[in-house]
Amino acid sequence: MVKVNLWGSLKARAGGRDTIEVEAQTIRQMFRALGEEEPGLVPVLETGISVAIDGQIYRDDWFKEVDEDSEIYLLPRMEGG
Amino acid sequence: MLDKTAENGEFKYVGTRPQRPDGVDKVTGRARFGADMVMPGMLVGKVLRSPHAHAKIKSIDTSAAEALKGVKAVITAADLTADVPEAEYDTMVNCIAHGKALYDGHGVAAVAATSQAIANKALKLIKVDYEVLPHVTDVEEACKDDAPLLHDNIFTEGLEEEPTTPSNISGRVQFGHGDVEKGFAAADTIVERKFRTEATHQGYIEPHACVGNLSADGTGELWCCTQGHYMVRNSCAAILGIDISRLRVTASEIGGGFGGKTTIFIEPIALALSRKAGRPVKVVMTRDEVFRATGPTSSASMWIKIGAKSDGTITAMEGLLKYQGGAFKGTWVSLGCMTAFACYRADHMKTVGYDVLVNRPRAAAYRAPGAPMAAFAVESVVTELAEKLGIDPLEFRLQNAAKEGDQSSYGPKHRAHGLIETLETAKAHEHYNTPLGPNQGRGIACGFWFNFGGQTSTSLNVGADGTVNISVGTVDVGGSRASMCLMVAEELGVPYEKVRCVVADTSSLGHNDTTDGSRTTFASGMALILSARDAKQKLCARAAKIWEIPEEAVEWVDGHARPAGPNAGEFDPMSLAEIAGKAETTGGPIAGHHEYNARGAGVSFATHMVDTEVDPDTGRVTVLRYTVIQDAGKAVHPAYVEGQFQGGAVQGIGWAINEEYIYGEDGRLQNPGFLDYRIPVASDLPMIDTVIIENPNKGHPYGVRGVGETSIVPPMAAIANSVSAAAGVRMTELPMSPPRVLKAMDDAKA
Amino acid sequence: MSQIHVQTTINGDETEFLCDAEETLLDALRDKLGLTGAKEGCGTGDCGACSVTVDGRLVCSCLVLGAEAHGREITTIEGMANGEELHPLQQKFLDHAALQCGICTPGFLVAAKALLDRNPNPTETEVRYWLAGNLCRCTGYDKIIRAVMDTAAEMRGA
Repeated sequence: MVKVNLWGSLKARAGGRDTIEVEAQTIRQMFRALGEEEPGLVPVLETGISVAIDGQIYRDDWFKEVDEDSEIYLLPRMEGG
Repeated sequence: MLDKTAENGEFKYVGTRPQRPDGVDKVTGRARFGADMVMPGMLVGKVLRSPHAHAKIKSIDTSAAEALKGVKAVITAADLTADVPEAEYDTMVNCIAHGKALYDGHGVAAVAATSQAIANKALKLIKVDYEVLPHVTDVEEACKDDAPLLHDNIFTEGLEEEPTTPSNISGRVQFGHGDVEKGFAAADTIVERKFRTEATHQGYIEPHACVGNLSADGTGELWCCTQGHYMVRNSCAAILGIDISRLRVTASEIGGGFGGKTTIFIEPIALALSRKAGRPVKVVMTRDEVFRATGPTSSASMWIKIGAKSDGTITAMEGLLKYQGGAFKGTWVSLGCMTAFACYRADHMKTVGYDVLVNRPRAAAYRAPGAPMAAFAVESVVTELAEKLGIDPLEFRLQNAAKEGDQSSYGPKHRAHGLIETLETAKAHEHYNTPLGPNQGRGIACGFWFNFGGQTSTSLNVGADGTVNISVGTVDVGGSRASMCLMVAEELGVPYEKVRCVVADTSSLGHNDTTDGSRTTFASGMALILSARDAKQKLCARAAKIWEIPEEAVEWVDGHARPAGPNAGEFDPMSLAEIAGKAETTGGPIAGHHEYNARGAGVSFATHMVDTEVDPDTGRVTVLRYTVIQDAGKAVHPAYVEGQFQGGAVQGIGWAINEEYIYGEDGRLQNPGFLDYRIPVASDLPMIDTVIIENPNKGHPYGVRGVGETSIVPPMAAIANSVSAAAGVRMTELPMSPPRVLKAMDDAKA
Repeated sequence: MSQIHVQTTINGDETEFLCDAEETLLDALRDKLGLTGAKEGCGTGDCGACSVTVDGRLVCSCLVLGAEAHGREITTIEGMANGEELHPLQQKFLDHAALQCGICTPGFLVAAKALLDRNPNPTETEVRYWLAGNLCRCTGYDKIIRAVMDTAAEMRGA
């Protein structure tokens, strides 16, 4: 199981929870499991999202591995100037 | 990943300051920018823009314009594709209004004619029947229940309960950890304040310009100044309903962007006009159009509250940020919220942001979008709190600075970064320890930016004479081609002068994300290092063939293939030129490539220090001295790193002291020109001192971090802290123009 | 509407062109003569990117009519280098990395040369005020000012 931390405004879409534990080996599997667990998250997951794994931020990176010891945070998709 | 460092002294070319490869063209006037392109048979395109802040377009009659001699095409919204993907819809509607003009300057129709004079005349012959609607341009006003509504199909996202009525607030976001109420209860001293900032424009000197040439079968080419020609290709293809493979976009030299050229405005218009006229069409914006219809950044209304114990430990930080993004949803308020407290460690943090719609041009990214205004508010309160506690503001920052392993304001734990080093450097800097005169003040502030990676594709070709051509798909906005050449020279072990870099068109390389998020030197640079490693492997393989030994018995050292170890055999090392010269007979051209989605962009921190003097009679602020200290990871071309530091600081000085969008009661922009929208000029400024900190980014082979954006994050706060000290009153609104400073001083006396 | 026949000297070459009465010198240079080194940043004389000299006097070519060039000597950025040999200002701008995007660079060089022709030993303040009519958004001016000061010093020494 990996523990996924949600950013504040995702809580409303996840029944008030700010962390969700799911079974996943990759970011893609994690997204799928999160969507099954909390369907309210699906639209956000589909519009694009960043994932911080141990402080490193990944955009659009389905096959990046996640493991039980990883610190995982979902973050909004980022665009710069 | 990190395999070369300054400490082990391995760098030969990286870290030097050679002449840039595009330099001579740029000092002789030969470099071709957006408006410098001419195509045979080219027409002039012009855009008709709304004079109203908010108006229903009841009808458009283009018949008189079409009948004018010399007019070859007129287009309206009806000429763009009806089934544009949702992701591009707002971009299309921002180029040409669909049913409603949403701001002063919103495009309504466009013409192509044989001359500029005829095109201008034709614009006047287009009859638009407007029904003027009530408008709102202020962020706080737009949040009120009775405010004029921009869109009846936007409902606030991110609320606990689904809203049932549409709103100008398109979204609410929240970040943080802990329980701020608990944190404030533990505080001995609390400071809270409200802040306002006005919208500013990126202010690039080159107006948007392009030449489009699209044939009836949907095959076309586009020349334009942009930060991302792949983005331009994809957006234009979607809006015009053509295959992306049929549209070849070439990025011209770009005359500044700063985020403002990360979207499209005139490009689909030029292509649609060209398709209709059957000839190439050039569209060049006037400066008035640039101010009214492109950029700018958000204006903001903010509230910040920070509490600390009497020993100086911050216990809680809380913020509320409202950013307006113009007439379409999507400000950078999320990034404002995430970055606001990123420099600090506290057990309890909370930021809430609102994304607000008003009748202004759609906000575009501007250098570290969303971060500078939040930093202005937060860093002002941090300094005020330190003063109340009787602690030096720099010591207070050092005491509470976020370190590796601390939980960040945006969620995950911090990785290694150089914030503490920037503060320690500031503390020891001669600037910080120099006495001030009367009416003078010193301010410091810290700033943070994420930096991005993203999709990147590069190519490297070895020439028969041993020179190297490299192709990138990321636009060079500030000298990045020089950095690319340095990194390839370093990796191959060939002189810098033997490596030449071009920005390739969209048909020549795989997709490349836009030059944004300070990603280009990091992501294209790493792709080129990996392209060079790919090429080196092939070069070694050729040498192995020539020597008739196994490939693994050859290694690449200092620009030469040589036998690896005594068992490989006795051969004289072969240079890149020698191997390249035999390429034809050893297997053909030698090249290296790399395509990836770059990861590992390291965050970047800076500390800025500024002295100002306030004229007590007029309120005029003079910047006396300015020092930028920023972590660059590894400075590839230090002169251009310093340039990024200096340029960002001066844009911040403009934002702090002069620049603002001024709207009249009628909702029209009152200062759409450089005379009234005054960006800093040479005589306003001192030299901008810089200190480059090199705390290597472990996510890059040479330790490189992006440097382009962080430098605009601290300036407004640093200047506000300085001016507040000099004027003896806390400044909470930008710009700190003479009337505002004078009023604040008068109010404080009264 | 008949056009005006203009005979002028540009960068030492005798040149003639036809222009409309309301056409600016900048448009004539760029569109009629292919001299695109002068840039239009504003069209209102605020940014200096279109700087040229007319009979040695520094002007914004967006504020001069094409017809006014008749009988005058115009110099543009294209006339600054002597063949392959860069003017010292051009070389110093490269040495000091005094440009990032480069759109303002031709205007700065033309303006800086006009300053050094007049005053070979300017103070930093004089350089800053002389160049206050040229906008640069990338550099913060620091390296531009250094490049001009360094050129002046070198040219005095030569």
